[in-house]
Amino acid sequence: MSTANPAKSEAGSSALAKQRMRSFMQTAGMLPVLVLLAILFQFLSAYGDTGTFNFGVGRFLTSANLPVVAQLASINTVLATGMTFVILTGGIDLSVGSILAVSAMASLLVAGSVNYSVVTVPIGLLVGLGFGLVNGTLISALKLPPFIVTLGSLTAVRGLARLFGNDTTVFNSDLSFAGIANNISTPLGDISWLAVIAIVVVAASWFTLRRTVLGVHIYAVGGNPAAARLSGIKVWFVLLFVYGMSGLLSGLAGLMQAAQLQSANGLQLGTGYELDAIAAVILGGTSFVGGVGSVIGTLIGALIIAVLANGLILAGVSDVWQYIIKGLVIIGAVALDRLRNQGGART
Amino acid sequence: MNEADARPADSAPILEMRNISKTFPGVKALSNVNLTIYPGEVHALMGENGAGKSTLMKTLSGAYQADPGGEIRIAGRPMKASGPIEAREAGVSIIYQELALAPNLTVAENIYLNREPRRGGFIDRAAMVAGSEGVLQRLGATFTPRTLVGSLSIAEQQMVEICRAVHAESKILVMDEPTTALSSRESEKLFAIVRQLRREGLAIIYISHRMAEVYELSDRVSVLRDGQYVGTILRSEMTPEVVVKMMVGRDLSSFYKKQTRFRPDKPPVLEVRNIGDGRRVRDVSFDLHPGEVLGLAGLVGAGRTEMARMLFGADPRTTGEIRIAGRPVQIRSPQDAIDVGLVYLTEDRKAEGVLLDMSAKDNINLMICSKDARAGVLDLGKAMQRCRDAIAAMKIRVAGPEITVGSLSGGNQQKCLLSRLLETRPMVLILDEPTRGVDIGAKSEIYRIIDDLAKGGAAVLVISSELAEVVGVSDRVIVMREGHLEGEVRDDDINQEAIIALATAAARTVASEEVDRSSAGGFDLGDQAAAGEVAVGHNPGASRPTRH
Repeated sequence: MSTANPAKSEAGSSALAKQRMRSFMQTAGMLPVLVLLAILFQFLSAYGDTGTFNFGVGRFLTSANLPVVAQLASINTVLATGMTFVILTGGIDLSVGSILAVSAMASLLVAGSVNYSVVTVPIGLLVGLGFGLVNGTLISALKLPPFIVTLGSLTAVRGLARLFGNDTTVFNSDLSFAGIANNISTPLGDISWLAVIAIVVVAASWFTLRRTVLGVHIYAVGGNPAAARLSGIKVWFVLLFVYGMSGLLSGLAGLMQAAQLQSANGLQLGTGYELDAIAAVILGGTSFVGGVGSVIGTLIGALIIAVLANGLILAGVSDVWQYIIKGLVIIGAVALDRLRNQGGART
Repeated sequence: MNEADARPADSAPILEMRNISKTFPGVKALSNVNLTIYPGEVHALMGENGAGKSTLMKTLSGAYQADPGGEIRIAGRPMKASGPIEAREAGVSIIYQELALAPNLTVAENIYLNREPRRGGFIDRAAMVAGSEGVLQRLGATFTPRTLVGSLSIAEQQMVEICRAVHAESKILVMDEPTTALSSRESEKLFAIVRQLRREGLAIIYISHRMAEVYELSDRVSVLRDGQYVGTILRSEMTPEVVVKMMVGRDLSSFYKKQTRFRPDKPPVLEVRNIGDGRRVRDVSFDLHPGEVLGLAGLVGAGRTEMARMLFGADPRTTGEIRIAGRPVQIRSPQDAIDVGLVYLTEDRKAEGVLLDMSAKDNINLMICSKDARAGVLDLGKAMQRCRDAIAAMKIRVAGPEITVGSLSGGNQQKCLLSRLLETRPMVLILDEPTRGVDIGAKSEIYRIIDDLAKGGAAVLVISSELAEVVGVSDRVIVMREGHLEGEVRDDDINQEAIIALATAAARTVASEEVDRSSAGGFDLGDQAAAGEVAVGHNPGASRPTRH
């Protein structure tokens, strides 16, 4: 025992280094993929336009295009941030797209009678929060499986969104807060308010997860619910919070979408968004069983998805192939991550 | 004491394990273990938790690969390229504590699992049923081959596993703690089958903690300690003292034994009255004083952990009241208990204790961080300070506060967990198996920590299955049996024999005989066992009557 001590401390410091590497990989693991994709699309867009791989003439990495990518990523970033909270506890929220639709619908309908953002914005947020809390209550109080609860609300809330809009498209070309999606300038130049909102959401979520007691409790509940309970953590409150948070951010995303489109269709708005949000979280390295992950990773994941969508268009790839490539990149990137971290984090 | 030449003189060994070592990253689980088994013997394998019994059996079954240099011979032939399939083909069957049966298949299908008879590409069910029938009858099973395994009792499922091993013509049958989930009648039936198999020439390796069973069944006993082979003794040489001494190496009770048992001088800090759920725990009452270490002993299934969890609010209870520092308290959840200064160290560290993916710092601060926080925002500086202090005070061997706890050894994980509880400065600590799965070094450090806590005025309840541990650390010992408090021993009466006597009062068919033999200057257990529910205060021996 005693003879092994020097070797042990040596092994200890290398363990520390390994660990630092691993936690760095977990947060920034996909950053190289993001950078590589951006450079790749710069070349491909140049090739699409001129037939040569001239880096200088590419249209991807330009001051005109990057704000477009940022705006494209913003709604998914907000949804995926809420999803990160949920997945960190080992759960899943499939209803974010439907909640987005019903929130957008509700705020547009209210704007139809009283068009003050002081009223319409809180309505959208509260509707989202409300449905999130319903999910959270069913999961934490009745102990129903999150997948089933949110699969049910995915369908039911979608129905409500159609019901509210009489199953038609609701228009409001004069929406009080529509400016956030286009003409109101931000401190960040060409970057739109949608992207700024997304960044603020990510920053606030990072603070919540890493710098507050609640954040520690979220990781603890995800890592080991039994241990969390025996440590006096109110597991039910943590679950209620994360689903409430996911709902609230879906409501916010609904408002952002409404500002962008100035219309809402209960049938179509936000369909399939939950899948992009989940994909962003996974690309970001958050463990599906909970307890491991970060919202910075999620931001990178959402950016990768947006870069793919935008870059493939610039490169002139057809819509059909965009789907196929996007799916393969998600699988490939995560496979790469697992290979690299083998023996490390649990899946 | 050392390897005894106990073989039936005329037969060759069926199994020889030579110089088996097994190294896991950072731990040497087995080092140069030798084991020789003859056909037609029941060979008990004993050792404390973590002594390496299961690891040794897993190298035999092919679940683990032994380090190079070791050799396993079955019927004289070396087993090469060992894997589970090779081991099974060589005639080794293992019945684990967690039975490995498919509950939704029938008995016959389970017996033939992976060896299904085929006819023209289809499974020949008729042959399966017919083939199973024979073996079931031979072992006296009362169920049919067509019964669904899921509908059988645990004892019957165990029977199916045995039938499967017999049917596969195994030569070596390993049984890992087979009686833990059985009633005493079921155990008797199992023993009869084991004896029958022995007569039929099978070699049976029987792993058990229960001395009485081992004494009743086995022809020879081999003992492992800290991954090393200690020796093999014959049944005729076997007394509990000898075996315990082999298992613990030195006379642990004197090693850990408190020099003076603390005598409480203050009113109790914890008063428990009649708590229970009417089922697993009934009417348990006791007092716990500041500065006192109270041991809670009992057999597996006696309700110790269940009682502790009720006390802590982790499991619901239906009766009783709890007073802390003289004031009645309502404890309905763990946080209620923590709020009044009562904390609980779980017996299952991995499943409900440590957060493997979180850092040592987060693990240690998990309970206290909400108190340190300002408006819900963590005080990172204070958390770091607490972590560094705990690492120093507890001698936690960790490269830094940010290291994830999953990479630490069992002992260091346990110290992190203990630190988590201690940061809340509790008045009452319930420590459930505080040294389970930790190495000897960490063990003695944990004993020191417990001692220091008590000296500092905390009241500590230590639940342990290791008698030497209970005897060594406690100022007073209470014993539970079948859900109720059986009695109490204190002062000079605190010894393993007295505790076993209380813990096993009911199972006297074997236990009384065994403890009889071992009670050195003590008392006659036979009388006590015959009395059934022993009234506390009628305890023979020197202790004064105590009230409950």
